[in-house]
Amino acid sequence: MRWAEALRVAVDALRANRLRSLLTMLGVIIGVAAVVVLVAIGSGAKQEVESQVEGLGSNIIFVFPGSVEFGAAPSISRLQLDDVEYVGRVIGNPDAVATTVSSGETVTVGSTEVFSTIAGTNENVPNVFDREVARGEYLTETDVDTRRRVAVLGSAVADDLFGDIEPLGRQVTIAGVRFRVLGVFEEVGSAFGVSRDDEVHIPVTTAQQLFGVDRIDALAVKAPTIDDVEPTRKDVLAALRERYPDEEFSGVTQSQILGTLGDILGLLTLVLAAIAAISLLVGGVGVSNIMLVSVRERTREIGLRKALGARRRDITTQFLIEAVLLTTIGGVIGMALGIGAALLANALTPLPALIAWWSPVLAFSVSVGVGVFFGVFPARRAGRLEPVEALRTE
Amino acid sequence: MTTPAIEALDVSRTYSLGGVDVHALSGITLRIAPGEYASIVGPSGSGKSTLMHLLGLLDRPSSGAILVGGRDATSLTDSELAALRNRTIGFVFQAFQLLPRTTALENVALPLLYRGVGRGERRRRAADALAAVGLSARLAHKPSELSGGEQQRVAIARALVGEPALLLADEPTGNLDTRTGHEVMETLERLNGERDVAVVIVTHDREIASRAQRQIRIRDGRIESDNPDDAATATA
Repeated sequence: MRWAEALRVAVDALRANRLRSLLTMLGVIIGVAAVVVLVAIGSGAKQEVESQVEGLGSNIIFVFPGSVEFGAAPSISRLQLDDVEYVGRVIGNPDAVATTVSSGETVTVGSTEVFSTIAGTNENVPNVFDREVARGEYLTETDVDTRRRVAVLGSAVADDLFGDIEPLGRQVTIAGVRFRVLGVFEEVGSAFGVSRDDEVHIPVTTAQQLFGVDRIDALAVKAPTIDDVEPTRKDVLAALRERYPDEEFSGVTQSQILGTLGDILGLLTLVLAAIAAISLLVGGVGVSNIMLVSVRERTREIGLRKALGARRRDITTQFLIEAVLLTTIGGVIGMALGIGAALLANALTPLPALIAWWSPVLAFSVSVGVGVFFGVFPARRAGRLEPVEALRTE
Repeated sequence: MTTPAIEALDVSRTYSLGGVDVHALSGITLRIAPGEYASIVGPSGSGKSTLMHLLGLLDRPSSGAILVGGRDATSLTDSELAALRNRTIGFVFQAFQLLPRTTALENVALPLLYRGVGRGERRRRAADALAAVGLSARLAHKPSELSGGEQQRVAIARALVGEPALLLADEPTGNLDTRTGHEVMETLERLNGERDVAVVIVTHDREIASRAQRQIRIRDGRIESDNPDDAATATA
């Protein structure tokens, strides 16, 4: 029997039992829709996080003391302020090294107070991080060298403290010390749920005095191009180890962060897809069940077809096509519903949903596969029916 | 002596029911000549249905052989048997056995589907077969829209569409009133005369059976009597 004929017979059989066909498909529809939606949310989250990491600035190497291992105890930093200059000399570009020593402190203006991350930095921050000041100026070399009490506010801090008043030139009090506002950053949004608009930058020298420390937490080194990132990282680490033979230092690049986060979020997406796939599996069992009922109900039809010359293979093919058609139609509907739900989630909720090209393709192929897998058993049972027995049933 | 359309040689069929062997047929030898009109008659439980299944290649004998057109069907695989059945045997059942929700034309075309005949050719030949049973006006009707007599004539058209050597009719009038039953029998007899097809009616109804040139009586799985009008088809 030709495939086109078998397909027509299968369509007729499914149409003859519309409600049952639809209910049988429902399991597959829900399964496929769930896979598409959950993968879309997983992919969306991954893309969001990656774009945030990329927003930190490309070509940047973060250097800090100790080794980066999860669960490793935080070590006391041995990095000193003159290491900034030292690293700048090693890479031959003193403007490409930024530093940070940070602490959470209360910032007040009059009776308004906010808790904010105070980052002691140097004048290279805008260059290294591609971070723009919206109004006013960033810290200068002189500010750092002379330990001035000046601050650049994140946009959220500025809004919270000053509202509609222009903060430039005004005073803020940080940990009880008064600072003059030099500039306000452009709004940049949040990374990992922490708003970077809540930061306040002050000269690193002033910060060390304010916090009562002589260390710095980390260095950020900008390589000229993406190809220079790895060599620069090696040079910087080698130079630091030379200077501090007993110390361990780590250099983390953006691509490493992206890689690690990508792995974690990719795994998360996979887990979500696997959970959704379970419902697809349950849907497949439903298809198998209904196909078995269908074979029993149509035993006489099978007997007749065999009497008229249908071979075992003809009958098996007919029922297999029926099962695959059920799951495939279910798969297409589920895919449409899933994409619709993902777009809706994107538009109406803060959940980012990204429909990767492969997820509908995968969901569709899996639904076809489910049809084959769960259709084979009932179809073979139909094919094996003896014509005499089959014709005898009432 | 012409080759019989179908031949049963010392055929037995034994069923195992709950560990007990039931001998449905024992040592039947029977030849049906091409174009012959015969009836197999016997009370229920006599084994006539079993004999029909064997002659129709729907079942295999426990011993002995069925020869179709002189060819032994014993060693054929299920698929080969299905193909042979498709080409050489047409069935008419008591309960019509038409596919519901399917038009008369498509029902009749069904055997050709399993023979790999193309759609256009199938429809043409099915229409011809329906015309031969006087149902040209009913091609697009579904079984539920046809009377019992019309349904059985559709089944006859289906049995003949593939131009078989043998038409096996199992109680063809069993579900019909007397008058319609006669019409159906007349249709069968007319086609038997017009075409080169042997017709074997399996029935418990002696009146129906007596219409045939030859009556084979079965009792307890054996041939009780056989009155062939043609010496070439005599039982051994």
